[in-house]
Amino acid sequence: MSKGKFITDAEEPSESIALGESEGIAVEPITQWDLFWTRLRRHRLAMIASGVLVLLVLVVLAAPMMQSAGWIDSPVERLVDDGGRTLRNIAPRLNDGTINSLPPGGEPVDASATALLFGSDDLGRGVFTRVIYGGRASLTVGFVTGFIVALLGTIIGSIAGYYPGAVDQSLMRFTDLVLGLPLLPVAIVVGRILPEMSFLPSWIKQGPMGIALLLGFLSWGGLARIVRAEFLSLREKEFVEAARAAGASDRRIIFRHALPNAMSPIIVQTTLTVGIAIVIEAALSFLGFGVPPPTPTWGAMAAEGGRLAVRGFWWELFFSASALVITVLSINFLGDGLRDALDPTQTIERK
Amino acid sequence: MTEPLMSVRGLVKTYPIKGGAFQKVLGVVKAIDRVDLDIYRGEALGLVGESGCGKSTFGRAILRLEEPDAGSVVFDGDDVLQLPQKDLKGYRRDAQVVFQDPFGSLDPRTSVGDSIAEGLRVQGYSRKERGRRVADVLELVGLEPYHANRYPHEFSGGQRQRIGIARALAVNPRFLVLDEPVSALDVSIQSQILNLLKQLQRELDLTLLFIAHDLSVVEHLCDRIAVMYLGRVVEVASRDDIFNAPTHPYTEALLSAIPVPDPTIHRKRILLEGDLPSPLNPPTGCSFNTRCPIAEKGLCDVYEPELRSINGEGHEAACHLRTGDYRHLDRPLITAE
Repeated sequence: MSKGKFITDAEEPSESIALGESEGIAVEPITQWDLFWTRLRRHRLAMIASGVLVLLVLVVLAAPMMQSAGWIDSPVERLVDDGGRTLRNIAPRLNDGTINSLPPGGEPVDASATALLFGSDDLGRGVFTRVIYGGRASLTVGFVTGFIVALLGTIIGSIAGYYPGAVDQSLMRFTDLVLGLPLLPVAIVVGRILPEMSFLPSWIKQGPMGIALLLGFLSWGGLARIVRAEFLSLREKEFVEAARAAGASDRRIIFRHALPNAMSPIIVQTTLTVGIAIVIEAALSFLGFGVPPPTPTWGAMAAEGGRLAVRGFWWELFFSASALVITVLSINFLGDGLRDALDPTQTIERK
Repeated sequence: MTEPLMSVRGLVKTYPIKGGAFQKVLGVVKAIDRVDLDIYRGEALGLVGESGCGKSTFGRAILRLEEPDAGSVVFDGDDVLQLPQKDLKGYRRDAQVVFQDPFGSLDPRTSVGDSIAEGLRVQGYSRKERGRRVADVLELVGLEPYHANRYPHEFSGGQRQRIGIARALAVNPRFLVLDEPVSALDVSIQSQILNLLKQLQRELDLTLLFIAHDLSVVEHLCDRIAVMYLGRVVEVASRDDIFNAPTHPYTEALLSAIPVPDPTIHRKRILLEGDLPSPLNPPTGCSFNTRCPIAEKGLCDVYEPELRSINGEGHEAACHLRTGDYRHLDRPLITAE
């Protein structure tokens, strides 16, 4: 040890003895995670929202099992015949014959007890079944897009914000380029080209995964800009300079000091993106460029249901849109709770 | 006086002013301009000057928090400006800093203990050692070990500044830069912190560079005082010499601005006219000549004064008129246009 001796060092002999006991004194911190969980658990809305989300995900994942157990039906088969009769004699909700444009000669199939819980659509398919199956596509698009956006936006934004100059400039010009792409037209065009690319695996070429990846790669620009702005202001903060004076590496400063302080906008923007992605997938489906029918998605169902709703047949629109709204709201509430829980200045008391 | 712990020679730090669509460099601000300064072992050197004179930049530059453009900073025999960034670890153990803003200098999302342990982690202390060391330094600055688990928003300004000091002391440095450590605090808290610093300096045998814009704060703590004006050091002397025998007109003006807590005493206040000139376009000759009450035309606005010894005992000032001998200017040091 150099000249600078601490007064406590004067007690050197007793120190080694005290070592064992002093190990557990208050210096052992309550970890960030403990505090985070405590705060999150006190956030009632967020807890309800995560309960709803977990339930949704479980139901949606279990859909094929529920189908083989006979609880729900196949999402693409007719349950109601042209006359509006079902095999189990459950009163069909869509039975006035005006909408039911089932091609003549189609045979209705065996239906489960829940078949017409939410009514049937104009092709005689059970809405309940289709809402559950539609969740598979919509939730996939929402979560995968949100994940890609959070990842790309945070990485690109933080690098641009932390390393000013050439790195920042080139990354941000690239971001401007991506932001400048009109989302729907590009999604439509790429969505059309995608299935033609034979080198791509089939799980990308068709179905919700491809759409999710596409939307993800098109919509990270906004988050990147927000994160960059946060980092630009954070890197000038004295606590970052203090960390540098302590000798902390760039990586540590980015991950321990800058990112945690940039967490709020990242979470808010990501949860918003999840909701927007589900809605955009709906728009694409509505335009006929989304997940191809007859695979149900909430967006496609809402679009179809809307056409029916103007003629008084409200249920397909109502149930698919409700599922969408409940999901998006839950995600936003959860995001709200996460943001508050990550903020140490929040008091733990919260309703 | 013993040998210097840190010896700064010809330190220059400039900032480019960029503008326009392609970030063209429009001009250069000389934040510090050829500064020479010695800091001796065990002393507390005060660095004073008004806002924008470059004193904080000087503190950051000698710690390599800013990269200086030229000059040398010899610390304990090694020029720290020559060290590659990755070899700064040793210097980071020896030289630490306390910042001005007790609210901005602690990460709101890092517990106090983790903030203090940051440097210890870099220096390779084990988890257990870090915990003990954090508890030690917290006690050293008058806080309790259990405060380590708390977050900065739970503390008052004065407590936070103590935490800032604890963080700086954690790695057991020999040299501490205090960048206006009390100017953001209430006056009653200021004296507590100053007393703490004084006590710590004595107990830990620290060398301090105390940056302030207020001579009365420096008076309490410092053995020697350097006065900066527009990126230049204009006077260096012992505390007593600065207060009793100020030589540079700028130092006189600074001293006359210290309030005296006695309304019956009437002093002649030296009021400087105008503002600090823009460092983007500093005056020719002596940088102070535009505001100096005794400046002589043809001398002060043409020739730049160097720091010259006054009494041979470490009292130096950069003023043609006050250092007496300006006949040497027949051979001008720097010719102006």
